[in-house]
Amino acid sequence: MFDYNFHWRPVMKSLPDLLEASLLTIQVAVLAMVLGIIIGLCLALTRLHLKGPLYWFASAWVELARNTPALFQLFFFGFGLGAFGLHLSPYFIVLAGLTFNCAGYLAENFRGGFQAVPETQLRASRSLGMTAWQAYTRVVIPQVFRIVYHPITNQMVWAVLMSSLGMLVGFRELSGETQFFASRTFRIFEYFAVTAVIYYVIVKIILLASRLLASRLFRY
Amino acid sequence: MQPTVSFFSGFNINDLWFLGEAALRTLWISVLSISIGTVIGVVCGWLLYEGKLAATLTLAPVLDIFRSVPLIIQLVLFYNFAPIVGLNLDPFASGVVILSIYTAALVANVARGGIEAVGDPMRRAARSLGMTYWQDLRYVVFPIGGRAVFPAWVGVALGVMKDSALVSVLGYVELLKASQILITRTQEPFLILTIAGAFYFALSYPISRYSASLEKRWAQ
Repeated sequence: MFDYNFHWRPVMKSLPDLLEASLLTIQVAVLAMVLGIIIGLCLALTRLHLKGPLYWFASAWVELARNTPALFQLFFFGFGLGAFGLHLSPYFIVLAGLTFNCAGYLAENFRGGFQAVPETQLRASRSLGMTAWQAYTRVVIPQVFRIVYHPITNQMVWAVLMSSLGMLVGFRELSGETQFFASRTFRIFEYFAVTAVIYYVIVKIILLASRLLASRLFRY
Repeated sequence: MQPTVSFFSGFNINDLWFLGEAALRTLWISVLSISIGTVIGVVCGWLLYEGKLAATLTLAPVLDIFRSVPLIIQLVLFYNFAPIVGLNLDPFASGVVILSIYTAALVANVARGGIEAVGDPMRRAARSLGMTYWQDLRYVVFPIGGRAVFPAWVGVALGVMKDSALVSVLGYVELLKASQILITRTQEPFLILTIAGAFYFALSYPISRYSASLEKRWAQ
């Protein structure tokens, strides 16, 4: 049945390179998530409280991010913008694509979170003499954070998984690096098997870390 | 003087046909994988619910792997693994296999949630009316639980439809691959990507809106 000799040695030899590339994966995913959370928050608040062109802009962003493939979004930032003479480096293609996607998905989660906090809470805190800013940062946001904590964790996992698309736009993160080595040695199966394990471990670490953090944050 | 040979030719009406055909292929591979994956996923979800400890120890980790490794890695891995065990699958078949398993892994959790959404008293009532176990599943759990998780299932199905774009790494010419081919020839990335994106959007947006409105109506 196995008419194939597995060669793991070349993979083990380039394992340090793969691990280094996986740091790049994590870096781009974390950066995209941080930007995505900030932009997503702005988009959610815009869609909740504003009308007119800003509302349409935010809605268009959210719907486009949620209803087209992530790969399409990457291609758009990669090749589509080239039509306007804007050529991004692979790193920024992936970062821009991931940020666009994460912001869209997170905006919907945030919107749900804000809607879950009753408006009476805001009014009660205002009537206690808090300014709008204080009411938001001390009463509303902590409650919203609790609701969206789990979706944010999920999105973080998605961001790591999605960054693997960088392989297709020539970005040398974990997947790109793997493909580079695999096409040099023709040990495609072995390389990608190891990469799959690395991704699995990264995802498990993220989930574990988020669970530990949650048990610290939400003690009360 | 000889006229210079032109490698690039503009976008014309035949290319629209080419894109349309590719869009149909995207649709076909998505529908096939979603259908197969949903059936397997529902069975897995039922197993997860019924086979408490045994399933948690065996089936759940396996499904978890498919959710924690990027789809693109799964596709490349399977495509290169199949010949090792003597299967000669074309890109389409490999794509269907992996997309189906991926769908099943996502649907399993949805299905288990659906079964859990039906309260124990309801099921006991059904059994005490003389229904067999299977009648209870078919006439009580399926309509009620299915209704509870239908929007989640639509979300999974749309996600797989969008992720089917990744089968292009195996060389299957679906919509995104087709647009890439056209971009190489016509050098008009913006126009072609817009058409491709519009197709995905036109498919995904109405369905997600419809499922959201159903969710709202059923919640009342």
